[in-house]
Amino acid sequence: MSTTTIDHAHDHSHDHAHDHAHGHPHGWRRWLYATNHKDIGTLYLWFSFVMLLAGGSLAMAIRTELMQPGLQFFKPEFFNQLTTMHGLMMVFGAIMPAFVGFANWMIPLQIGAADMAFARMNNFSFWLLPPAAILLATSFLVPGGATAAGWTLYAPLSTQMGIGMDMGIFAMHIMGASSIMGSINIITTILNMRAPGMTLMKMPMFCWTWLITAYLLIAVMPVLAGAITMTLTDRHFGTSFFNAAGGGDPVMYQHIFWFFGHPEVYIMILPAFGIVSHIIPAFARKQLFGYASMVYATSSIAILSFIVWAHHMFTTGMPVTGQLFFMYATMLIAIPTGVKVFNWIATMWKGSMTFETPMLFAVGFIFVFTMGGFTGLILAVTPIDIQLQDTYYVVAHFHYVLVAGSLFALFAGFYYWGPKWTGHMYNETRGKIHFWNSLIWFNVTFFPMHFLGLAGMPRRYADYPAQFTDFNLIASLGAFGFGLTQVYFLFFVVLPCIKGGPKAADKPWDGAEGLEWTVPSPAPFHTFETPPTVK
Amino acid sequence: MKYAKRLQTLMLGALFMLAGMPSWAMENSQGGPARWELNLQPPVTAIARDIYSIHNWMLYVCLAIFVLVFGVMFYSIFKHRKSLGHKPATFHESTAVEIAWTAVPFFIVIAMALPATKTIVAMKDTSNADITIKVTGMQWKWGYDYLKGDGQGIAFLSNLSTPREQIGSPGVEPTQARGANYLLEVDNPLVVPVNKKIRMITTANDVIHSWGVPAFGVKQDAIPGFVRDTWFKADQIGTYRGQCVELCGKEHAFMPIVVNVVSDADYKAWTEAKQKEMAASADDPSKVWTIDELKVRGEKVFTANCAVCHQANGKGLPGAFPALDGSPIVNGPKAGQINIVMNGKNAMPVWKTVLSDTDIAAAITYTRNSWSNKAQENIVQPAEVLAARK
Repeated sequence: MSTTTIDHAHDHSHDHAHDHAHGHPHGWRRWLYATNHKDIGTLYLWFSFVMLLAGGSLAMAIRTELMQPGLQFFKPEFFNQLTTMHGLMMVFGAIMPAFVGFANWMIPLQIGAADMAFARMNNFSFWLLPPAAILLATSFLVPGGATAAGWTLYAPLSTQMGIGMDMGIFAMHIMGASSIMGSINIITTILNMRAPGMTLMKMPMFCWTWLITAYLLIAVMPVLAGAITMTLTDRHFGTSFFNAAGGGDPVMYQHIFWFFGHPEVYIMILPAFGIVSHIIPAFARKQLFGYASMVYATSSIAILSFIVWAHHMFTTGMPVTGQLFFMYATMLIAIPTGVKVFNWIATMWKGSMTFETPMLFAVGFIFVFTMGGFTGLILAVTPIDIQLQDTYYVVAHFHYVLVAGSLFALFAGFYYWGPKWTGHMYNETRGKIHFWNSLIWFNVTFFPMHFLGLAGMPRRYADYPAQFTDFNLIASLGAFGFGLTQVYFLFFVVLPCIKGGPKAADKPWDGAEGLEWTVPSPAPFHTFETPPTVK
Repeated sequence: MKYAKRLQTLMLGALFMLAGMPSWAMENSQGGPARWELNLQPPVTAIARDIYSIHNWMLYVCLAIFVLVFGVMFYSIFKHRKSLGHKPATFHESTAVEIAWTAVPFFIVIAMALPATKTIVAMKDTSNADITIKVTGMQWKWGYDYLKGDGQGIAFLSNLSTPREQIGSPGVEPTQARGANYLLEVDNPLVVPVNKKIRMITTANDVIHSWGVPAFGVKQDAIPGFVRDTWFKADQIGTYRGQCVELCGKEHAFMPIVVNVVSDADYKAWTEAKQKEMAASADDPSKVWTIDELKVRGEKVFTANCAVCHQANGKGLPGAFPALDGSPIVNGPKAGQINIVMNGKNAMPVWKTVLSDTDIAAAITYTRNSWSNKAQENIVQPAEVLAARK
């Protein structure tokens, strides 16, 4: 990344609490009518954290039931609601909005823009989410309860669900619209509002990964909308898209869903790659190795993600040519992903490293995400997938890449950029406690699931053969530890550093690069009202 | 201090052990999973053996890459620290290196994919089977039809046979100890001869299920309205267990698969016995049953098929499964209840494709005379159900 210079002549340093010159609103209007990218970023981040805790509570309930064989706490039909809603809330309510929150906060700051391109649409994109979340959450309360078809909502099981399914469909439509609008905003901002001198190949990696992610979102969100709308009409308007008796095809639902679903998981990881690509160079005090390679690798991953969807469908009965093609294509994605891991390690190599909490989470990410990558590669091998499809091995794999991957990167980003947002340094000891507990309890929870899957334990099971008890018990205890750690994070790290703490410098990390570190901490309400010039 | 820490560890360990107490008494399931199993189940087909080997190969390669890559990373973490005085280098790109670490993984991936290619092609070749069996996934049981080969014509349903008293329910403790084959046992297992190629045709009646037996290396989705197939050739006599592997509703965890692989002689004996049994129990649809005969038969059918939703006490689940006790349909004209049971409605299965006329008549008769129901039309004969099929 290139060095940057700023035009100091128009440097405002208004603390946003005292910025009367523009008369921006205070009180509830500030938040409801927010058009400021920092405020909207904050709204997204709080929303996603609440959804993380809500989805996490559902996971605690699941693990409580699965501690022992037998049905102790929940009827199986309710258990299936728990697993479904845990997935939907985490994917659409926690991970995706959290990354959008980071995008809102950081993209304008990193490219030297005053705000996002479409400030009012930005407000709408956010405020669509709370009603959608309420619709989703209250679906538990209607007759029949929430949808219990798994977050993948396969037909024709989805046709048997009660009205909670329709509520879920509408919630997903609303969240999809929010994502599409947000992506349009991000692409337009990045392509048009970079500071003079900041060519695309000088742009920060986080902006690159979000640019690519935004294109993925625009391409595939409408496809999901199609799949769930067809489900809706099959349920209520007599269509037979997925009903064989009417001439339709249940497997077509899977094709349409996974055409969305596979790029979706890359949507959830590419911004994480971006965050890690900022933190490693900062704490190694060494420029990111292979910037151009990293851009090309990210683009390759995005393009490849469109041609691998049927690796979620190896047991549906596709012809052998299909199985071979999707196996080869899926294994190919390991290559650009590996290239990224090697580039991060090459950045660390012969650097001058310190291990504050952001770096701990970033290095932890590389370690544990790569393990998830290995199990993904193993699952890509079709004969092995035949044994492991729909077992706990898959559950282990995707939690490794989504929790130890995406979530750890989000934590890393919080610790790294938090001082810029709040103006305070977090407590370093408590950050380390959060990191080590998260890492250890995460592995205690999810590592045994590999064994359960290999031994044949299917997923989405409310009860299981007694021989699976030991690893299930360990996983449940680990889950309770992990959950408690996140509650600790909220009360002992996040809230205290918002309310007070040592004052953060403009650039608290001496190895950090980027325009965001040239503005004060906390960042003033308005920044870069005049764009800086980048050399 | 040292002893305090040890006491703490001891307490923690004791707590964990106590938590696992109920599982101490557990044995491995024969032909199913073992306790603390770390790898795939022992293979009994050539395909399963191939898969086991390919998985081992993948594990070795991944382990080698893991050790190499993280060896370098942790070396760097320990040596290239500011606290050790290490100064940062300035290099930040190298085209040669990028090409190298793109090309080498590419070749590794090819080495992984080659053995797998052979196995996939073999797994897909279902031709020249000795016996062909259709398996139908239903909510929540399997149906087996022997279509071709020895045993042709045999057909039966295979239900979970673990008593509900071993499972319990929210707030109600199990009243029976769990057996070794808890959730892995059925009333009518699939029986096949050893060393014969068995082609399994899968389909379903309602939603997508999936038929899988880990020891065989076999898994195939059962899709309503479509037929798929797979095959296996077991080379060891024994009993092998699997479970439904596609979410299919509330009893998804309660519809296991049991396959008895037997010698040719035993298989012949079984087919003869089964065919005799089927002939004997084939109900004469014109037989006129007494109400007591129907109620006794009906209670069996109800327990195996209906109680799972409508409950043994007929109270159902308000909002989801209607109560039969006091229901206007159960207490009203017969035709209405016959119609709903035969043709299904929403989550209610289409029983006319699953149960015989006698079973349907018996179950309906049972509901009309049980709990607080005292229907005026309180007997349904199999002949009436047969007539309603037209």
